[in-house]
Amino acid sequence: MKRTQYLRRFGITGRGLVVVLPYVWLLLFFVVPFVIVLKISFSDIDLAIPPYKPLIEWTAKNALAIKVNFNNYAFLFTDSLYLNALVNSIKVAFISTLLCLLVGYPMAYGIARSKPSTRNMLLLLVILPFWTSLLLRVYAWIGLLKANGVINNVLISLGLIHEPLTMLYTPFAMYVGIVYSYLPFMILPLYANLEKMDWQLLEAAEDLGCRPYQAFYKITLPLSRNGVLAGSMLVFIPAVGEFVIPALLGGPNALMIGRVLWDEFFSNRAWPVASAVAILLLIILVPFMMWYQSVQARESAGAR
Amino acid sequence: MNYRRSYFIITCIAFGFAFLYIPILSMVVFSFNASKLVTVWDSANSPTLKWYYALLHNDEILDAAWISLKVAVINASGAVILGTLAGFGLARFTKFRGRFTLNAMTTAPLVMPEVITGLSLLLLFVAMEQLIGWPAGRGLTTMTIGHMTFSMAYVTVVVQSRLASFDTALEEAAMDLGARPVKVFFVITLPIIFPAILSGWLLAFTLSWDDLVISSFTSGPGSSTLPMVVFSKVRLGVSPEINVLATITITVVTLMIVAVSLWMARASRLEKPV
Repeated sequence: MKRTQYLRRFGITGRGLVVVLPYVWLLLFFVVPFVIVLKISFSDIDLAIPPYKPLIEWTAKNALAIKVNFNNYAFLFTDSLYLNALVNSIKVAFISTLLCLLVGYPMAYGIARSKPSTRNMLLLLVILPFWTSLLLRVYAWIGLLKANGVINNVLISLGLIHEPLTMLYTPFAMYVGIVYSYLPFMILPLYANLEKMDWQLLEAAEDLGCRPYQAFYKITLPLSRNGVLAGSMLVFIPAVGEFVIPALLGGPNALMIGRVLWDEFFSNRAWPVASAVAILLLIILVPFMMWYQSVQARESAGAR
Repeated sequence: MNYRRSYFIITCIAFGFAFLYIPILSMVVFSFNASKLVTVWDSANSPTLKWYYALLHNDEILDAAWISLKVAVINASGAVILGTLAGFGLARFTKFRGRFTLNAMTTAPLVMPEVITGLSLLLLFVAMEQLIGWPAGRGLTTMTIGHMTFSMAYVTVVVQSRLASFDTALEEAAMDLGARPVKVFFVITLPIIFPAILSGWLLAFTLSWDDLVISSFTSGPGSSTLPMVVFSKVRLGVSPEINVLATITITVVTLMIVAVSLWMARASRLEKPV
């Protein structure tokens, strides 16, 4: 026991040893990188490798000079491209979240109210697409939506249309892609929440003369609030920074901030500008992440 | 408990599943299409396996798949260790210094847009190389570190929720009988959470195998993963070989999921009488 007390004085405990490895890993590879992004967002673009100037420099007189410049941020606010992309991304993510909720809520509700045997089967069917590659599933929509794609071919052969519809590389295609890819992220937390629901409350409400839609509106919906919020955050936050779907389905005019960041980085090699975009995006998304975490905490506290 | 059927709900579920599965099925069907146009069915020569043959002789795709496989296996194994430790700590130690931070650091990667994670990791690797000379350049190592960082968060969630649904009575009983904490972990806790660890491993493998954005930022020359090759092909339009790749992926994933869920159903049946 002496030895453990001795170790404990230096904060070394068995418990500490369990969490120290993941803790240090995440600190080094998840938190520190943001500090570096912040640093580089304040530096100048340089035609060198890596393509930015150091913030801290020894000047000719052997004095330490710290050059912080806000040029990259000023640039983001003067060129309307960035703000437009940001506003558009938030709009697209918000509408996609609503669409996911609209499609996902009835599905989660139906699964939660089905027999336990069918329930597991249906859940498996929701999870299965999530395990197959996102890239390939987005790719599938190119085949469905393009001018001589499956949907146009079917509609033409049924005689419903004579000219193929332009669907690929439009905002419509992008919404379809985002809702399609993120739907399981909406359904699963909603299901986890609805599964714990006490359905006798609904019976009680109906016995007391509530119409089914009233009972839904007054009881089910408020009680599933945490599920709705958790699912919405899981869709909204990553959708704001989505890159793959707008790049493949949205066409050249789909202005999404994730894509702007990608192009600044890979095409223009403007690392400081890309960093400034990332910081701006983080400032907007961090409050939502904190909200998500508090919803999760409430949800797991309620489960106990 | 009543299981009421509402036609509205059943219609919603039917449409929802049609929406989820029609794209997947269309890829499977058109992988057997002879026409290079992919979505225009060439009924004279189809169904055919010629694109399957072509894929198996496409060195670019096979090399990329090999790289992806290596990264995914190492990533999954590492992520399972880190994620299990974090999940165990968060579920069983209710109070310790840094609990809030650890919780935040394991939740944030789940929702963080990948472009941000990718960019920040790359800038870290560049800065580290300037400072300490490691990692020298970018390639498999940097890619694997990047993948582990976000996939361990998923493992943490899976392990943590499995532990939360199990009460601590068994572990406490073992401790009362004099087992040391380390022994309790390996003899009692580990077998209980083994299903979660297995699904965490598979999840981490899949996340890595699929990842495009973080790989693109953290990979170097000569280490293009399968999603990177697929992305550059798909940007130019549909390609019959990609349909074949999709069909193979879907088949493997379906078989795997069915096998694992059957195994877990059996395990939970065996668990119940205790």
